[in-house]
Amino acid sequence: GPEVDMHCNTARRGNSNSRSGSKVKEEKPKKGQARRSKAKEKKKVLREQCEEECRQDEEAPKCSKNHRNEKAKTEERGDFKRKTKDSCDEERNHISSDSSSESEELSADEEESQEEKDVLTQEELEKLKEAVEEKKKLIANLRGKPWPMSKKLVTLRESQEFVEKYEGALGKGKGRKLYAYKVMMMKKWMKFQRDFENFRTACIPWEMKIKEIESHFGSSVASYFIFLRWMYGMNMILFGLTFGLVMVPEALMGRPYGSMPRKTVPRSEQAGAMDFAVLWDFGGYAQYSVLFYGYYNNQRAIGWLKFRMPLSYFLVGVGTVAYSYMVVIRTMARNANRDGGGDDTSFNFSWKMFTSWDYLIGNPETADNKFASITTSFKESIVEEQESHKDENIHLTRFLRVLANFLVLCCLAGSGYLIYFVVRRSQKFALEGLENYGWWERNEVNMVMSLLGMFCPMLFDVISSLENYHPRIALQWQLGRIFALFLGNLYTFIIALMDEINLKRREEEVVKYNMTVWQASLYNGTVDDNSTTSTIPVDPADVPRGPCWETMVGQEFVRLIVSDTMTTYITLLIGDFLRAVFVRFFNYCWCWDLEYGFPSYSEFDVSGNVLGLIFNQGMIWMGAFYAPCLPALNVLRLHVSMYLQCWAVMCCNVPQERVFKASGSNNFYMAMLLVILFLSTLPAIYTIVSIPPSFDCGPFSGKKRMYDVIQETLENDFPLWFGKVFSYASNPGLVLPFILVMILAIYYLQSTSKTYKAANMDLKKKLQTRQVQGW
Amino acid sequence: KSFYDCELTFLTKQEILLAHKRFTELVAKEDRNDPSPRVPMSKILTLPELKSNPFRKRICHVFSTSESKDGSLTFEDFLDLLSAFSDSATLEIKSHYAFRIFDFDDDGTLDRGDLEKLVNCLTGETDDTRLTPEEMKQLINNILEESDIDKDGTVNLSEFQHVISRSPDFVSSFKIVL
Repeated sequence: GPEVDMHCNTARRGNSNSRSGSKVKEEKPKKGQARRSKAKEKKKVLREQCEEECRQDEEAPKCSKNHRNEKAKTEERGDFKRKTKDSCDEERNHISSDSSSESEELSADEEESQEEKDVLTQEELEKLKEAVEEKKKLIANLRGKPWPMSKKLVTLRESQEFVEKYEGALGKGKGRKLYAYKVMMMKKWMKFQRDFENFRTACIPWEMKIKEIESHFGSSVASYFIFLRWMYGMNMILFGLTFGLVMVPEALMGRPYGSMPRKTVPRSEQAGAMDFAVLWDFGGYAQYSVLFYGYYNNQRAIGWLKFRMPLSYFLVGVGTVAYSYMVVIRTMARNANRDGGGDDTSFNFSWKMFTSWDYLIGNPETADNKFASITTSFKESIVEEQESHKDENIHLTRFLRVLANFLVLCCLAGSGYLIYFVVRRSQKFALEGLENYGWWERNEVNMVMSLLGMFCPMLFDVISSLENYHPRIALQWQLGRIFALFLGNLYTFIIALMDEINLKRREEEVVKYNMTVWQASLYNGTVDDNSTTSTIPVDPADVPRGPCWETMVGQEFVRLIVSDTMTTYITLLIGDFLRAVFVRFFNYCWCWDLEYGFPSYSEFDVSGNVLGLIFNQGMIWMGAFYAPCLPALNVLRLHVSMYLQCWAVMCCNVPQERVFKASGSNNFYMAMLLVILFLSTLPAIYTIVSIPPSFDCGPFSGKKRMYDVIQETLENDFPLWFGKVFSYASNPGLVLPFILVMILAIYYLQSTSKTYKAANMDLKKKLQTRQVQGW
Repeated sequence: KSFYDCELTFLTKQEILLAHKRFTELVAKEDRNDPSPRVPMSKILTLPELKSNPFRKRICHVFSTSESKDGSLTFEDFLDLLSAFSDSATLEIKSHYAFRIFDFDDDGTLDRGDLEKLVNCLTGETDDTRLTPEEMKQLINNILEESDIDKDGTVNLSEFQHVISRSPDFVSSFKIVL
């Protein structure tokens, strides 16, 4: 085999170089017995080695005799790259001829020629280095070779011995110390990398839990938990950013609670500020804290560190979005690479045959289910293949499908209107004072949204039975419709919020006027002095407040997420746990078999759960700018969800009957996440760019637009030339050509990728026709 | 020794130690002092990860290095098995071993007999889940039409690897973790 020849080659090379090496050591070449005997020993060892290897490779012919000068000639030619059996034979020949015809060696001219070659030329050094590198590559790739362990061990030992032996030889001459040092550092670095990899895999949280779920339910259910864990990781980073760069500096270095009007609970609300109901609603003390936008002061630099609070707030907001984009796109690219060609339908049957069994299944019940589903899928595909042309009653099917889509559209429109109506009603309630209404009125919006999210998918499921699609296609339609539902709901909610924002902004004018009146009334009685004497101590709680639409928006999002979480957990407990308890314990005294008929144990709905996760993340992205506490809340929520759902799955769910593939959906979910990321950052960006911040709260109060903080920082904190460079760079004359160049680059890359795909198909076809024609 | 194993397999140090623990549990008492004990196939098949697998016997045969071809595994064979089925193993190694597992008669190609046995393994042991002979014939014809590029009636290793490399699910489903 090739490795045997490589051995022989390198052995031969090593032979010549070791001879040269030993020559270099002894400056004056001793034509004595000692040298010859040393060389003879080496040759004997190499010959034995070579013979053994050739013996392993049974096809090697018997060695014939050849003259040693042949070998010398080949060395002179420097043709070390020949990996044929001939060179191995030659090696053996030369070595055997060496040991047998020793007397010939003593001839002077041969010794002379040997001397010439014994100096370690640069060329030979390079070639030896190459050999060592090859051996190292072999060692690195050894685990990927499909050999039994014993063969791998033998090869490893030999290669390592070779590398160690000749690495020392390589290091002779100038740069030897450096080379040896480099080699040692390399070794230490590899060891460090290996240890770090081991440590990293040990650090991955919840690995055992997920493996257990994998063995019971297969890879598709486990993929939901892996996705959950990935989201948890991303949210941890977002939490780190918001907590470390926004909340902590304000808490440590900002002005404390009660020192300013915006940081104090107003007198009118102080009575109920500590009530649990108020705190649960994120009013009272929760509202006037670092959790929300309104608490932050617009002071340019706070504390002894001169921490630029408004700048930090703005940059963290931008940074969280940028980081999320980067992470999602990177994961998508990695998944796309791994998946390879994408959706190729040319190997349906072969894939079903060779790749349908999930080797992670360790549970007999799941295995039985899997057998049944594989059988069904085989039978289905055979039938489909036979009946692919038959299509009875196509008009009826088409009509039914159009009807189904119409019904779904009606549902979506209805739910959108319902949400809009409910949000307007809640505004009315707020104007009349929330104390007059009960719990339902106060939480109407959130409850309606969560209930819609729960019941509409079921409705869509029923409607889709009209359509008579293949299950895979039906699932895609279902996912698409649920996506549209959630999106519609979210955007209706935002539009309703915008109305409230506008309301608050109109209120601002009124409040500004009232404040001047109130301030005038304060000075009523004292000498009217235009200089800086406002030493009348007024408790901050008594100062009239401007409305703060940013805090309101933040609060709405936080409430929405909390109610969504609660709904999910309660549905989990009732829908899964109580149902399982009911089926298990009432089965004895019921007329029909509860476990097989209705209601039976529930299955884990992977796609529904994944969509819920994605939409929750969208809400986090939307609200994180106005409520820095949202990432922290989300981390907590995901943590609890992981444990709760792991427990629920193992305790109350049964493996799915139709065991769906996980992987094809992976990039689909990532794509949805990307779309949601884009759509949820749009409203936030719109509000930042177009709506002026409240005058009385938040780090941007007093500015005309929130992004003015960047301008201000550039003017004040950076040297003058920086500001000039920036203004040149943001010149439309520079930005537009840049955008044009990017568009051209995208177009170019798109067209090259198309040509590659076409070339690929072409080659495939050629291969097939070639093979059919026969060689 | 585990240093070498780290180099030679796709497993991490913890995984190798866990594998060693599970393996020594399977070793019979009288073989405990043996430096490289060999566990018979019947004991390997009691592992929960392999118990429900329809290809468990083939897996043992493929990874076994015993001369008597009885499917018994030493610890090194066991590590080879886990390495090929681990998460970080390459597509080439997985497809190579998958081919050997599916090659029931060990002749280096997947012919009709191998494919029939494969389908029967996948559809379970009971009679009501098996395919009828006509369905079987149709299925195998379809498979050979798709994968047999040189039309010689069998699927060889390179054809198999070509088919498998296009599949998005293979790497994630061809996994066994202790």
